[in-house]
Amino acid sequence: MAGPTVNPDLGPIGAAVAHSLPRGASNRRIVAGLLAVMIGSLLFVAAQPRLYKAFCEWTGLYDIDRAEQIAASSIPSRPVTLEFDANSHDNGLRFRPEITSLAARTGEIVHVTYRVENTRDTTVIGQAVPSYGPQHAGGYVKKLDCFCFKQQTFAPHEVREMPVVFVLDKQLPDDVNTVTLSYTFFEVPAGSVTSPAKPAENRT
Amino acid sequence: MQASQHAGHAGHHEDDSHGHGPTGLMRWITTTNHKDIGTMYLWFSFAMFLVGGAMSLIIRAELLSPGLQYVSPEFYNQMLTLHALIMVFGAIMPAFVGFANWMIPMMIGAPDMAFARMNNWSFWLLPPAAILLTASLFVPGGAAGTGWTLYPPLSIQMGMGMDMAIFAVHILGMSSIMGSINIITTVLNMRTPGMTLMKMPLFCWTWLVTAFLLIASMPILAGAVTMLLTDRHFGTSFFNAAGGGDPVLFQHIFWFFGHPEVYIIALPAFGVVSHVIPAFSRKHLFGYTSMVYAIAAIGLISFFVWAHHMYVTGIPLTGQLYFMYATMLIAIPTGVKVFNWVTTMWRGSLSFETPMLFALGFLVLFTIGGLTGLVLAMTAVDIQLQDTYYVVAHFHYVMVAGALFSAYAGLYYWLPKWTGHMYHEGLGKLHFWLSMIFFNIAFFPQHFLGLAGMPRRIPDYAQQFADFNMISTWGSFGFGFSQLLVLVVVFKAMKGGVKAEARPWDGARGLEWTVPSPAPHHTFEDPPPFDPAEAHG
Repeated sequence: MAGPTVNPDLGPIGAAVAHSLPRGASNRRIVAGLLAVMIGSLLFVAAQPRLYKAFCEWTGLYDIDRAEQIAASSIPSRPVTLEFDANSHDNGLRFRPEITSLAARTGEIVHVTYRVENTRDTTVIGQAVPSYGPQHAGGYVKKLDCFCFKQQTFAPHEVREMPVVFVLDKQLPDDVNTVTLSYTFFEVPAGSVTSPAKPAENRT
Repeated sequence: MQASQHAGHAGHHEDDSHGHGPTGLMRWITTTNHKDIGTMYLWFSFAMFLVGGAMSLIIRAELLSPGLQYVSPEFYNQMLTLHALIMVFGAIMPAFVGFANWMIPMMIGAPDMAFARMNNWSFWLLPPAAILLTASLFVPGGAAGTGWTLYPPLSIQMGMGMDMAIFAVHILGMSSIMGSINIITTVLNMRTPGMTLMKMPLFCWTWLVTAFLLIASMPILAGAVTMLLTDRHFGTSFFNAAGGGDPVLFQHIFWFFGHPEVYIIALPAFGVVSHVIPAFSRKHLFGYTSMVYAIAAIGLISFFVWAHHMYVTGIPLTGQLYFMYATMLIAIPTGVKVFNWVTTMWRGSLSFETPMLFALGFLVLFTIGGLTGLVLAMTAVDIQLQDTYYVVAHFHYVMVAGALFSAYAGLYYWLPKWTGHMYHEGLGKLHFWLSMIFFNIAFFPQHFLGLAGMPRRIPDYAQQFADFNMISTWGSFGFGFSQLLVLVVVFKAMKGGVKAEARPWDGARGLEWTVPSPAPHHTFEDPPPFDPAEAHG
C-alpha cells in the first residue's frame, strides 16, 4: 500500500475511473474491427488469382496466355521437322525419347515423352540439361512444362516416362527447317541435392 | 483481465516482487507483464540478430575474393535467404515490438497492454518460428534458397526446408497480428485522461500506423505462402505456368505485402528518433502535427507502390509510369520528417551522448538510403540496376542504418530506465563510431559494385569486382564484431554503474520519465495526471 494515495474525486483521476468502466466493451469493439480488417485482407488475397486474371483480360495490359498468343499470331504457321535426342552421362540411366523425329508445325503445342530407366541398384538423382541444334533455335522453343525444370529422383530399376510440352514460336527464322532438341542427364552430386534447377531458361 | 487495477497501488512503489506468481523460468514463460515481455522480445531479437549476422558473415567471407572458397552455391543461397528472413522477421520486427511493449504503456500512462495474456502468446510464438527457420538448414535439401522473396517457380521446387520456412512465416504472421491488435487497442483505449491522440508521444503514433499496416498486410503474405504450399503439395497451379498459373502473380501478391513491410520496419524507427532528437536538442519536436500526417501518409501510400519492385517483369509502360510517380510521392512525407528532425536541432542546445549519436547516424545514413531509393524508383534507371548490388546497398542503408541504428538510439536512451543504471558512455560512443565507420566501409562500396553491374545473390563474381568486395567484406566483419560491444554495455548496466535518476536526460519529455529508474514492475496502476508540458505536441 505504498505510494501516494489518490483522491478519487480529483478531476483527471475521477475521469479515468469513469473512462475505464466501459473499457472491456470498447476493447471488444476495437478487436472486432481489427479482425474484420484482417479477414478482409485474407479474402482479398484469396480472390487474387481470379482478380488478377480478370484485370489482365479486361485491360489487356498483360497477356498471361502467352502460349495461345504465340499460336494465334498473324505469322503463318509452317512445317518444321523436330528431332529428339537423349544422352546420359555415365550414371546408369538409360535415357531415350519415345520418338526420334516428328513433323510438326510452328505455333502448335507439341507433346513428347522421354523414357528413363535406372539400371542401377541404387537411387539416382539427376537433372536433364537441354541443348538445341541449331543453337539459336533454342530461343524459339517455348517450354510450358519439362522434366528438365527440376531434379528427378529415380528409385533402383525404376522406369519412368516424362513429358516435355512446348510451342515452336512462329518467328522461327526461315532458314531453320529442322530443330533438334537434345537432353543430357547429369547425376547430381550428393552434396547439392535439390539445388535450384534452371527453370527460367528459354521461358521468355 | 490481469491488468485490473488494485486500489492503492499507485504508480510509484518499489514493491517489485509481490511474492506471488511463479519464479525462475516459469516466471518468464507465464508472465503477462508488459515489461517482462518487452525484455524477452528484446533479448530474442538480439539473439536472432547474432544468428542472422553470423550468416551474413558467411556470405561476406565467400565474397572476399572471386571464385568459390568456403561454401557451395546452394548453401550460399540458403544463407542469404535465412539471413534476410531472420533479420527482418526475427531481429528488427521483434526489437521494435519489444520497445512497444516496454514503452507504450509507460508513455501513455497505462498499467499494461490491453490484452496481457495474448501478449504473452504473441511472444512465445516467436521461438518455434525461429527454430523452424534455423532447423530447416539440417533437413534433406537444406533450407529455402530462394531469397526472402520466395519467388516461384524456384520456391515450388525446393525441398522440405521451404515448407518449414512457409510455416515459420505463418507463425510469425500470427504473432505480428496479435501484437498489433494489442498495440492498437492499448493506444486507442488506455491513454491517461487528457492525453488526446494529437498529444500522444510520436512513438505511439508510429506504432499505431505500423500495427494497422501489419494487420492489413500480414494476411496477404500468409495467403501468398499458403498458395505456394498448395502448389507444392496439393496439385494447384496458382503460380505454375504449366497448369495455367502465373509466377508473376506471386510477385504482385508478395510485394503488395512486401512494400508495407518496409514501412513496418521503418516507422517505429522514425518514432524512436522523434523522441531522441528533441531530448538531446532540448527542444520540442518541430512540426508534431505534420509528423503525424506524414506517418499516416507514408502508411497509406505504401500500399500503392508495390510494383516498383517488378519493373523488369514486363509490366506495361502505363504501369511503370504510375508506379514510378507513386513511389517518388513517398519522398514527400519522408522529406517532411527529415526536415522536421533537422529543424528540431536548429538552434537547439545539442549534446552528443550515445543515443543522439545513433539518431544522427540514422538521419545521415537513412537519407542516403532514401536518396538511392529515389534513384531506384526511376524505371529507366532501375532496369539497369535491378538485382545488382546497388539494391543491396540501398536497402542496407535503410534497414541497418535506418532501423538498427535507431533501435540502438532507443536502447541507449531507455536503458537507464530499464536497468536503473547509466550505461558506460565511453563504450557506447566506441560502439557508435565503430558501427558508423565499419557500416560505411561494408556497404558504401556496394553502390559502386552495383553500378558496375555486379549481380546480387551470386556466390562468385568477375575479377574486376574483387577490390571493392574485399573492402566490403572487411567492413562487414568489423561491423559484425563491434556489435558484440552492445552485449558488454548492457551487461555492465545490468550489473551496476552510476545510479540513474528518474529522468536521466535533462531534455527528455514523457510520462515514462516520471516513474523511478529502474521502472517498478507495475507502473501507472492508476492513470497519472497528464501534464501538457510532458507532451510532445
